[in-house]
Amino acid sequence: MVTANEEAASRLRRLAATPLHPVGAASGRGAGWGAIRSVLSQREMLGLLVRRDLKARYKDSALGFFWSLIRPLIQLAIYFIVMGQFLGAAKSIPDFAVYVFAGLSAVGLFTEIVVGGTGSVLSNAGLVKKVYLPREVFPLSSVGSALFNFGIQLIVLLGATFLVLKPPLHWQFFYAIPALLVLVVYGTALALLFSAVNVYLRDTQYLVEVVTMLLFWASPVVYSWEMVKSLIPSPVLLEVYTDNPLTLAVLGFQRAFWVAGDDLAWPGGLLLRLGIAFVVGVVLLFVCHRIFLRLQGNFAQEL
Amino acid sequence: MPHSPAVTPDTAPRPEVARIDGVSKRFTIRKDSSIKERIVTLGRAGRRHKQDFWALRDVTLDIFAGETIGLIGHNGSGKSTLLKVIGGIIQPTTGTVEERGRLAALLELGAGFHPDLTGRENVFLNASVLGLSREETEARFDEIVAFAAIGDFIDTQVKFYSSGMYVRLAFAVAVHTDPDVLLVDEVLAVGDEAFQRKCMDRIRDFQRQGRTIILVSHALDQVVDLCSRCVLLDKGHVLYDGEPTVAVARFRDLLEERRIGEKADIATEQQRRAGAITEVTAVAVGRGAGETVQPGDDLEIRIAVEADRLDSWVCRIQIDDTMGQKVFATGSDWLDMPVPALEGDGEVVFALKSPAFGGGKYFVNATLIDDDGQTLYNIMQATSFNVAPDPRAIGHLRIAVEGNAVSAIS
Repeated sequence: MVTANEEAASRLRRLAATPLHPVGAASGRGAGWGAIRSVLSQREMLGLLVRRDLKARYKDSALGFFWSLIRPLIQLAIYFIVMGQFLGAAKSIPDFAVYVFAGLSAVGLFTEIVVGGTGSVLSNAGLVKKVYLPREVFPLSSVGSALFNFGIQLIVLLGATFLVLKPPLHWQFFYAIPALLVLVVYGTALALLFSAVNVYLRDTQYLVEVVTMLLFWASPVVYSWEMVKSLIPSPVLLEVYTDNPLTLAVLGFQRAFWVAGDDLAWPGGLLLRLGIAFVVGVVLLFVCHRIFLRLQGNFAQEL
Repeated sequence: MPHSPAVTPDTAPRPEVARIDGVSKRFTIRKDSSIKERIVTLGRAGRRHKQDFWALRDVTLDIFAGETIGLIGHNGSGKSTLLKVIGGIIQPTTGTVEERGRLAALLELGAGFHPDLTGRENVFLNASVLGLSREETEARFDEIVAFAAIGDFIDTQVKFYSSGMYVRLAFAVAVHTDPDVLLVDEVLAVGDEAFQRKCMDRIRDFQRQGRTIILVSHALDQVVDLCSRCVLLDKGHVLYDGEPTVAVARFRDLLEERRIGEKADIATEQQRRAGAITEVTAVAVGRGAGETVQPGDDLEIRIAVEADRLDSWVCRIQIDDTMGQKVFATGSDWLDMPVPALEGDGEVVFALKSPAFGGGKYFVNATLIDDDGQTLYNIMQATSFNVAPDPRAIGHLRIAVEGNAVSAIS
């Protein structure tokens, strides 16, 4: 076996030329950057994981991807009829359907990232226990599949704006970009944090579900910011309410897609607030990633 | 030993592929994992809910390229943990592990296979998890499918696969990932015999190609057959590191000690009936008890028996290999030995004249039978003896061989 021997020899030469490197997830100083680099080098696998999640979800259902649309549409119908018509919220909010759907898409994206991300490490236990991968790919893959579903919803939302003959062809449309960034940054940060914590404390996933529900109602999705403003007399409290990053992102989406609201009162300096929220979010993402790195060392044995 | 040829050209230097330095691993076993329980047992009470367990203690190993290393030890000795530490799946509590080259872990076949995806999709996903790029996978795809012998099922969801097809596909993906270091945990025994042979061929190809294989196995014969080096672990410590035959023999001694320890408790409970075997020894003539039997030695098997009153009786022995497979059996009736009536204590001696046993460990079973053919007393694996390995052959027999080869080319 001359060829095998030659192959062996060249393998040995190549190995001798490669430096030794520590195994597994790095820890200590500079670990964060190393981890980010190794995640980036696994982009392709990340893509495959996202596709796996999406494909597997509706694999055997007749309607397939429609289901990811049907849920928000039903939600929209409920809020439109119950909140809008029965409870009369639609009277003070023009184009109530578009308004609700804009907010719903924003909160839906955030919820899907956080809830999906929280369970991601646990649901990939088979892989975590048997193969070494940068473990960040699991929460990140749920961010990816959430963004995909969000993309579909966005198309429906845009379609709706054309349907009511008020397409978002105004400069406020660009609010959507910082709003989306804020959602993704906060969602990813919390997904990383909770996915790691959930390995040790399984209650986390239920807690997260409850808290995201709370956050949904704490943002002006089915009611308007004006209503809150008229109810909260203290300007400080109003600031606290408004500066919730999720609320800011929801407001950003409404400004972008809800043309009918252009002339209404909005919190001042929304763009600046979104900018600050984004910067804070990036810091939070960094901190959460560090916590994730600290916690991931014992994943394999805790699962 | 007729080892697999872990051939490495002498010209090339043999770099280390893994350097394991002073690695210890502590597992903390907790009995509470919900927030409520954590809070309730906070503080001092919490410590009572914790239990420390050292799976590895100060393990230092250098693994060189091209080696095939077997990790052996009984359940809970830390061999799988060590493999996971090398694979980076578990982080050591103390110590460091350094490595180079591409590493593939075959810890569980089909880890990460998603039942709802088709075989094709799973191949791409699994290959990517094991570090292959999309183009590399595409280039090898046909080879993988051919190796797994899956055929048209490749586009079927894997949940409809038979368990054999499932592991075959998983194994096929893993061995086509071009690893420098392959970690294998008890997964070589998959599929039918034909497929197992294919797997073994593949492993031998890997050895020839200078890849490093680290395997955990309970199939000790396989370890001796495949490995060039063997590490025996016990309670997280490295007991022995070196020649596989020696490691396996020491491990079998270790298992034997445990077995006797467990047996001592049971034996006392066994009722003394009409007759009993009280002791069995197997010693090479001219050597001490427990010494290795060398070629040419006579082996003396002594069976101490006792009975209140037994007019006619038969004593038989059987020698088994480590797998419990019968190697040799004889008895006083078959040998036409005159057997006196037994009253009180007695002894039967079988002297095996220079038995041609191959190297390895053998167990002795002894049976006492009355003249009706009723078994009065049966003792399995009453004792054991070791036979020195034959450098020229493996198997249960020691046969002198004269080799001769001719070739048409001269």
